[in-house]
Amino acid sequence: MLLDYANVLLFLSVGSFFIVFNLFLGSLFRPDNPDPEKLSTYECGEEPVGGSWIQFNIRFYVVALDFIIFDVEVVLLYPWAVVAQEFGWYGFGVAFVFIFILLLGLAFAWKKGTLEWVRPKVDRFRDTMTRPLVEEAA
Amino acid sequence: METAVFYVLATIAVASAVLLVLFRNPVYSALSLVATLFAVAGLFVLLNAYFLAAVQIIVYAGAVMVLFLFVIMLLNLGHSEALESTVGRYRLTGVIFLCALLVAQLTAVGTRQLRGPVAENEALRTENVQTLGKLLYTDFLFPFEVASIILLVALIGVVVLVKRETPETT
Repeated sequence: MLLDYANVLLFLSVGSFFIVFNLFLGSLFRPDNPDPEKLSTYECGEEPVGGSWIQFNIRFYVVALDFIIFDVEVVLLYPWAVVAQEFGWYGFGVAFVFIFILLLGLAFAWKKGTLEWVRPKVDRFRDTMTRPLVEEAA
Repeated sequence: METAVFYVLATIAVASAVLLVLFRNPVYSALSLVATLFAVAGLFVLLNAYFLAAVQIIVYAGAVMVLFLFVIMLLNLGHSEALESTVGRYRLTGVIFLCALLVAQLTAVGTRQLRGPVAENEALRTENVQTLGKLLYTDFLFPFEVASIILLVALIGVVVLVKRETPETT
């Protein structure tokens, strides 16, 4: 059983070695002449405004909290998945009740709108972002 | 072989824990904590605690670290100056706690030496995730289903708290 995990270890070590080795090999051959334009954040044709260390919207935190709850659900279902075949329909029923209770919570959160994504208001977006471009074009 | 793997994993765990304290950027600290947690998960595997290793990676390295990173981002601690003011204040407390941990560790090692070698436990050699699953879905079925209700309560709590904070967004 422990030897099975030797495969995991081998996979992890070879994988990490592959990345580090290739980056090292690349650093030997690639030209190195940075300038401010190259080092700036790539923003798809836009001038980047400010740094990336900004305060995040509190709404993302709610999504993270929801994620944690279903993450713990997955952990509790992991021993179930190992023995599910031996238990047959009984095991299916047990897991069904477990998931169903949590689905009630998901439905509640959905109905209350905590899963709704906050979109920027269209008018304000147009005022700050696109109007200068439109005026330039006209 | 096992001893070699143990020492490698222990070195990674301790090194990334030291880096966690030394990094000035809290995001880097959080990421080195992820490395520590992964190394500790590897140590759990070496101790035949496979389920604990899975919990360590899924819950701690996954969910709890997401929470940590979100708190760092939400409180806008991503730049190094944010922590400068609190560095010196806890130094003495840290040293005291480190000494206490050292004493506890040495005591544990000492008493283990007094008791002699650990008896080989046959239960550790079996596939304990299967055993855990069987027990969880027969003898401990009720606590298992109650756990889902506890998670449900947590989920509803999240929804209610968030709704109270932002009543204008329905």
